[in-house]
Formats: sequence, structure tokens, C-alpha cells
Amino acid sequence: MTVQSPPTRRQFLARAGALGCSLAACPLMTPISLAATPGDHRLVVIILRGGMDGLDLVRPVGDPAFAGLRPTILGDKKGLPLDGFYELHPSAKGLHQLWTQGELSFAHAVSTPYRDKRSHFDGQDILEAGVGKDGRISDGWLNRLVQTMPEAQLRTALAVGREDLLILNGTAQTTGWSPEASLTLSPATQVLLERMHKSDPLFSVSLHEAIDLAKRLDNSQDPDDTDDPQQMMMQSVQAANRRGGIEAIAKFTADMMQEDTRIASFSITGWDTHVSQAGSFAGSVRKLQAAIMTLKSELGDLWGKTTVMAMTEFGRTVRQNGSRGTDHGTGGAVVMAGGALRGETVHGTWPGLDEADLYQRRDLMPTADIRLYAASAMQGLFGLDKSELEQTIFPGLDISDGLPSILL
Amino acid sequence: MSFDPEIAAVRFGFGLGPRSAPVQSTTGMLEALRGADTQAAMLPIPGFVETYPDILEIRGLGRARRAAKDKGKTDFDAAQKALQVKRREMRRKRNAWFLASLSRASMAEDTFRERLVRFWSDHFTAIGKGNQFEYLGTTFTEDAIRPHIAGRFADMLKASSTHPVMLYYLDQFASAGENSKLAQKGKRSLNENLGREILELHTLGVEGGYTQTDVRAFANLLAGFTLKKTGKAGFDHKKGNPGAETVLGKSYGTTTPRVEDVMEALDDLARHPDTARHIARKLATHFVADTPDPDLVAQIEQAFLASDGDLVTVYEAMLDHPAAWSRDLQKVKQPFDFVASSLRALDVSHEALETRTPKERNLMLLGSLKLMGQAWGRPSGPDGWPEDARNWITPQGLAARIQWSMTAPPVLTTPLPDPREFVTTALGSLAGDTTLFAARAAETRTEGVGMILSSPEFQKR
Repeated sequence: MTVQSPPTRRQFLARAGALGCSLAACPLMTPISLAATPGDHRLVVIILRGGMDGLDLVRPVGDPAFAGLRPTILGDKKGLPLDGFYELHPSAKGLHQLWTQGELSFAHAVSTPYRDKRSHFDGQDILEAGVGKDGRISDGWLNRLVQTMPEAQLRTALAVGREDLLILNGTAQTTGWSPEASLTLSPATQVLLERMHKSDPLFSVSLHEAIDLAKRLDNSQDPDDTDDPQQMMMQSVQAANRRGGIEAIAKFTADMMQEDTRIASFSITGWDTHVSQAGSFAGSVRKLQAAIMTLKSELGDLWGKTTVMAMTEFGRTVRQNGSRGTDHGTGGAVVMAGGALRGETVHGTWPGLDEADLYQRRDLMPTADIRLYAASAMQGLFGLDKSELEQTIFPGLDISDGLPSILL
Repeated sequence: MSFDPEIAAVRFGFGLGPRSAPVQSTTGMLEALRGADTQAAMLPIPGFVETYPDILEIRGLGRARRAAKDKGKTDFDAAQKALQVKRREMRRKRNAWFLASLSRASMAEDTFRERLVRFWSDHFTAIGKGNQFEYLGTTFTEDAIRPHIAGRFADMLKASSTHPVMLYYLDQFASAGENSKLAQKGKRSLNENLGREILELHTLGVEGGYTQTDVRAFANLLAGFTLKKTGKAGFDHKKGNPGAETVLGKSYGTTTPRVEDVMEALDDLARHPDTARHIARKLATHFVADTPDPDLVAQIEQAFLASDGDLVTVYEAMLDHPAAWSRDLQKVKQPFDFVASSLRALDVSHEALETRTPKERNLMLLGSLKLMGQAWGRPSGPDGWPEDARNWITPQGLAARIQWSMTAPPVLTTPLPDPREFVTTALGSLAGDTTLFAARAAETRTEGVGMILSSPEFQKR
């Protein structure tokens, strides 16, 4: 499959360039909007790259076949109780607390329409493009969500991290920043740079955003100024490492959501657990947990208006493999958190783990399209209607049977 | 507008620098291309066959590790360790090959050649994927691109389409003809990946006149490719599709699949008018402007058709067009090109880079390229890196460029040049008034040099 070169998510710059408008004269390019942004709800989509093993995170211990399929990779610690049938991974104590507070839910045995080839590449593209099995990969579904908001501003939607996120790419204006990026300029240099970039709208807007966004990060941990360039280089990279952490990404996301941002996305890697899953999976669960807990604590009262969805390209094989891991599979789980959530629920229809119940006798059988859950969130948070959901956001998705009720 | 040595260096090379005088004519540029590849000789990078033993070794160590799983912890740990050691060695090699690629660009006399190498390597994007091929991306450029840079498009296409890194990247070793015994027994199936990308990306272009039926037939024609024990691509007729295949209305082959039939189809695709148009547009877009002058594209296209894809003639048509010499800089340098041209302006030699510790090099080069949005050898898909300036000059992308400009130069070269002189070294008469002013007004040398490298004039070409 070919990944089409998507239109940039900063399409506004093209418009600005084409119109030849200067920074001062172009209202589109004023980075901080004064106008109200669309609604008051917030949606954060976390992409779990690598194929998160839903069966290890949300363990179907009530299924008699489960223990036999995973004899040695579940570890010695007992899972945390959910609803009697499922248990939560023992490392997810923080998430479990959210569960008991009614702010966490899951959907199990879900998948994108992607089947059989089990390629991370293609699977993630289909997840982020939100299309059907043979759909054209050109833009992302969160970008199409922004396109439905007439009053959207530059910072309504935000990609966090170094990588370009397909899920936010498209013709709608969005912005992006990576907390590991730094821009340390003396006041005099900043003035000179701004002057140099003034004549070019593309450089001028990006510089303006960069200077403004870089200032928002908490640099209090950064060491004092040094004149030694070698030191400076080392410090800037050490700072990048510190700020590249998941807490920094989540904190930055929350900070932006305190203001104009309503939609944000970032990714967490490390889920491709072919070997010695027990150790590496726990580490990745802790990262996901840290991201969600940081969002909650940094969002404060806004947590009540926020929904977080963590989605992955596919689940993993139900049987553990010969190297105490699992291989690429099909059905998996979605993690949902937030103050407005119908919590303490594991949504979905459980297909069973007997060999005849599996997809191709190896994977958890998907019983629902993962996009139904995202559609439900968008309907509840942003008031999207059926035709917008079925035609614009998720072309080809059939919601005639209704959407799962994930919000209060 | 006609030939201009500064534009030649900036738009068609890796910029100005103190080491070498800019080329003085288009004839000079084309003559250099026809001459020997001295840059490759100066900083050698091995081809695929040469590094194939490494793949075999990694494969063997992987197998040993699997076998050791049943033999207890000590054996497994030892096997695991051996594989890790080998991987570390391969990472070192890959980093050295990256460094050589960068220095070829920054130190070259014939920089147009290096720009073309990058252009064609991106046109035929082949990513080293999987745990065996991930280190070997540069072998594709060495084997399939460099030898054909001044040759015929058809030869480059054939070299690219049969290179192991490309075949593996686009899943051809796993493909088998629809009606092959392998497919009928359910052991393999047809994989359309390479067939589709050759038509869509490498030759006709996505707007070219081909259908899904052509993709499937062409994929069947390609299905016989294998990897031989020598590390060269082979062709196994049992894996291919029996019978003739009709691609774009022409029938190829008879009964037993043969590699000659694939080559005939590639020759025909190479000289197809859609291919000429597609290549012309890509060249003009890469070198001259994100939205190039249609007349420039037409001139290149005609030269491509008239010369049957003789690449020097094609380049000449581009360089003969007035739009090629506009002093309006309409392209943004991609991060690799920005770093290479900075090294060139600062006159940082390969030896100077080599004496740095791996950690420092990673920090200043590979790590910084990643932050700028262009991880070396890792574009997101077979369509390669985006051309559009908007993909590169994002808030975080521009911040990474500025931060690099402000911190890397003093580590790379001491003493730093005087900004008032460096502005001319780096930009010649292309420096704008505000950049000239900033070079004089900077509080320190570091900031002066940093601002010159961050200026839109230096970021663009």
C-alpha cells in the first residue's frame, strides 16, 4: 500500500503564502486566538504503536481457556479486579484507581477493518486514516473532525511529539510541537531572527509559534546558562531526553488544552512484545498510565470535560509464543479515560477463546469496529451527526445499529 | 535569466563554501557528471553483495538464539549476547556509511552529482527494513543509483527494481505468481507492492494511464524474484506466474516466466510518455520550485522523450531553462541538505567529524536530523520525503534548525569564522539586508553564525 503524501496539517500557511498576507494583516495567522473555540469538550487520542496486547492489559480471566493460552507470560502478580470476568494488568494500579472512581473504561475484542497482513505500517495507517480495509490513505480522521468545525482555530488541534501524525494531517489548520524541541535565544537574537524571517510568511509564522510554544515548557530543571558550546550542546540534548518523556508530553498537552486546544494526539511506542513480554509490557503499561494520570492531574477541573482514548493498530495472538511473548494478531482493546465517561465498564461482545472462536484459529475475534468507539466519543463531545460520522470522519463505517454508549 | 555560479552552487549543489570555487558553466556541471565518480572513491560505502555476509551472520545468530530457547538460560543469554554484539557492530557500520554520505555532500567538488544521488535515492525510495536489512539502506544507493546517475533512466529503473533492498522492502521475496504451484498450495500469494510502486511512483506516476489489472499483471510478471546465496537477485520461474502477462496492452512472456520479460516491460515503462512527464515534474519540483513553471516541466519532458531517457540530456534541458536560474529562492532545503550545506559553509572536514565520539556525532548529526523531521534513511513510506516547504518549516522543525545553528557550529569548528565574513562565505550576494545587518549586530560569534545559518536565505535554495 502506498502512503500518499498527505497535505500538510499546516495548510493555513499555504493560504497565507498564496494570499501573500503579512503576519499583522492575516487573521488566520494570529497564533493565540481570542475568539471562542469549538465547544468546551476535549479529546485526546493516544496511538499505541506496535500492537498493544489487549489480552494482557485487560485479562479475560473468567474465560476458562485463558490461563492455558498464557501459561508463563502473565507474571506472578495477581491482576487487579475489574468486573469479575476481567482483571487489569497488575502494574496498572493508578489506572485501577481511576476505574474505581468511575473514570476508566475499556472496549474489548475490537479492531480496525485491517486484516491478515498484520503489518505495523499498514495497520497504523488504517487506524490513523480511519478508513476501511482498502481505503485510500490520504488524511487523518482527527483532521477531518476539525474540518467539521467552522469556528476552528490554528490551535484547536495539536500534534505533540517529533513525528508527523497522520491522524492529524489534512487540509484543516492544526499546529504541532514537541516538548523535546528547545529554542533558547537571547532577547537580542530573537529580535534579529524575527526581523530576518518577517518577509517570509512560512518562516515567520513557524518562528512565532516556535518561540511562543517553547516558552511554555517548564525549563526550571535546565542547567544554568553556559558559554561553553560543547556544554550547551550536551545540555540541550539532555534536556531533550528529559522532555521527551511521556510525562512531559502529557503535561504539555494538558497545558495547551487549558487554553484553545480541544483535540490533541500523541503516540506511545513499545508494544511489539514478541519476546519476554512480562517485563517490557509492564514498562509500556506504566508509560500509558503515566500519560493518563498526568493528563488528569494537569487538566484539573477540565478533566470532567475530557475524554482520552488509547488505540492500537491490532491486538496480539491469544497463545503466547516460544519466546515468552506474543505475535501480531487482530482483535484488541481500547482504553478510555476521562471525567465524563461512563466508567467501570468493559464494553463489547466477548467472542470466547476456544479455538473455534478465534480469528484464523490464532487471534482474538474482533466483534466490533474500533471506529465505533471513537465515533461515539465525537458524537458526545462535539455533537457530530450520523452522516458526518459515516461519510466524513469514518467513510464506510456503518452505525445503523447505533453507537456504544461510552459517555455519561 | 541564465547560468549564475551562486545559484548553481545553492540550487543545484550543497551551497557555497571556502574550500572550492563554484562551478562556472552548465557545461562544466554536465562534464563533471560524465566524468569519474571521485567522491565515491574518496569515501567508499560498500554495496549489497559486499555486506551480504553480515546478513548471513545475523540470520545465523538469530537462528542460534531461537535454538537456544530450549537449552536453558545460560545458553540463551550467550546466544542473545552474540546477536547483540553483531548488531552493535552493524550500527557502527551504518553510522559510518551515513557519515560518508554526508561528507560526500559537504566536501564534494561535483555537488550536482551528490544532489542527483539524493534525488534519485528518494525517487526510488528503498528502506532497509526488518532486523536483517535495516542496516543496509545505503547499499541500494551505491549499487542502483550512483552508477547510473549519468546514464539512462531505463538502466537505473532496472537496477532499482532488481536490487535486494528494494525487493525485500516491497515484499517480492514473499510474492509468488497467482497460478504458481506455490500459490495454489497456499504457501505463498501474489504481492502487488513492488508492481504497484514501480507504476505509481517510479515510472508512470499516480496520474498515469494504468489500471488495477495492469498492477496485478505486472506484479505477476515480477513474482519470480528471489535472493541468491551470493547476495544477488535471482529469478525462479517456479515462483513466477506461468503464461504471458498483459501490461498496458502489451503481452510479455510466453509459458515459463523469465527475467528477460520483466526487463522488456521495464524498458517499455521507462520510455512511456507518462513516465517522461512524471520524471520531468519531479525533477523540476525537487530542484526548482514546489510548484514549478509548466514550461520548464514541458522542456524536461520533451528532452526525456527525444533522448529515450538519457539522463544527462534531461538534466541539460532543466539547466537550459531560464526558470532554473531565477534568483528567487523557492525551495526549502531538506534537513540533510541543510546540515550538509552548513558543514560546507563552515568547512568541516570528514576527518573532523570522524574524530568526534559516536555520542557527539549522534547528537549533532543523526539525532538532530531526527528532531528536524528527517531521520536518516527512514522516510515514512515508499513515496519518500515530502517536497513541500510546509512539511519542513513547522514550529518544531524550524526550532530544531535554529537550535542546531546556534549550538552545533562552535562544537564542529574552532575558531568560528567572523560572522561579517561568514555571511559572504555562506551566502555570497544572496544575503538579504536584514541578514547582513544581523551578522554585524550579533552579540557573539556563535549567535552571528547561528543567525546566518537560520536565515531564510540559507534555509532556502
